[in-house]
Amino acid sequence: MNAPRHPTGSPFAAPAWIGAASIVGLVSALVGDGAFDAVSWVVFAALLALAIRAWLRRNRGR
Amino acid sequence: MQRSTLKTWFLIHKWTSLVCTLFLLMLCVTGMPLVFWEEIGHLTGATPEVAPAAPGAQPANIDELVQVALRQYPGDVPLFFGWDDHSPSIYVNTGARPDTPPPEMHTAIMHGYTGEVLPSAQFNEGVMYFLYRLHTDLFAGLAGMLFLGAMALLFATAIVSGLVLYGPFMRKLPFGTVRTGRSRRLAWLDLHNVLGIVTLGWAFVVGITGAINTLAGPLEQAWQAEQLGEFAARYKGRPRPPQLGLASLDDAVATARAAEPDMTPAFVSFPGTGYSGDHHYGVFMHGNTPLTERLYRPVLIDAETGQLTAQPQLPTYMAVLLLSQPLHFGNYGGMPLKILWALLDLLTILVLGSGLYLWFKRGNTDARVREIERMAEFGTADGAPA
Repeated sequence: MNAPRHPTGSPFAAPAWIGAASIVGLVSALVGDGAFDAVSWVVFAALLALAIRAWLRRNRGR
Repeated sequence: MQRSTLKTWFLIHKWTSLVCTLFLLMLCVTGMPLVFWEEIGHLTGATPEVAPAAPGAQPANIDELVQVALRQYPGDVPLFFGWDDHSPSIYVNTGARPDTPPPEMHTAIMHGYTGEVLPSAQFNEGVMYFLYRLHTDLFAGLAGMLFLGAMALLFATAIVSGLVLYGPFMRKLPFGTVRTGRSRRLAWLDLHNVLGIVTLGWAFVVGITGAINTLAGPLEQAWQAEQLGEFAARYKGRPRPPQLGLASLDDAVATARAAEPDMTPAFVSFPGTGYSGDHHYGVFMHGNTPLTERLYRPVLIDAETGQLTAQPQLPTYMAVLLLSQPLHFGNYGGMPLKILWALLDLLTILVLGSGLYLWFKRGNTDARVREIERMAEFGTADGAPA
């Protein structure tokens, strides 16, 4: 019997995206100012938003 | 994943985390104020406020600035002269002898155009310096640095092993699941997983670059022996030139500027400081972009004749070291990046704290491995329907 599929594909999909985004955020501000800095800010703010979202959507019933 | 493989990864994660957690907590707590060192310096008055240079004003003569610094610290010799990229101020480090280590140096800060001495605290005194030493070497010099580097490598291993365990644990659950209704331990485990993944890339890079930074001393020594040794060999047998016989530093800097017209000087090392041999000024030039301002190009000027000797390219390992510093300290993308850096640091403290809590609430290893297997198979830790 085939194992049921992960709700969002591979469980490693989210870590892979987050890891790649983090690299972009880390490198962006290093290679330039202005828009490059802004890319870093957006990336890391988005990561923090993910953590806040997970907490706000925590499942109290289960 | 087979049970034996899962157990191996579990044990790797458990022990690498346990060994480094308390040191990582210390590094996270001391690292946060260090991100804002400049701002804290301005708030406390440790860093002077510098008036902008008057329109059309010319920079003060560097040799005269050095003499002003030496009058502040009689008996000292000059060690380094440097420019602040963000204000018209300059600094002069002095010490009792040419190889004075940083904790024993004196620093004079002056306006680079008027020559006015600016009241400021010594960089190697006060609470921030205490935190800096605790963060970088535990007040134990090279041994402390290498020890903290080993802790950083354990931290990176803990991140990788945690990621491996995350796969089977989250196989049946969507990303971001935090279950607070079942048990406190499960809620903290879910939170540990979510925050661990959110901070994954950032924490891994900060950890690895921290480990690289702990090798600064040995890497600088290797660079000096390898590259500067080549030029020093030409002066073999000649004594270090006396302080009073040194060529004009102002002229040396002008020569370096002419040799590297697309770069600006960052700092100058005097002979004997270990950065430019015993017979040269090392004028360290850097670029003007966020990337190239981290990568120095040393221009070696004969300290007796004032003639240009060489412009050696920094070896790759030194470039890696220099680039790893901003990636560790987060001081390269303005105040918003510093604030985000601090918030990610806080999340990492939560990951470490939740990991400690989970260890205190642990059962035996086999029970934890079976829990991960049940999560992979059923999506719940107890095998009940999710």
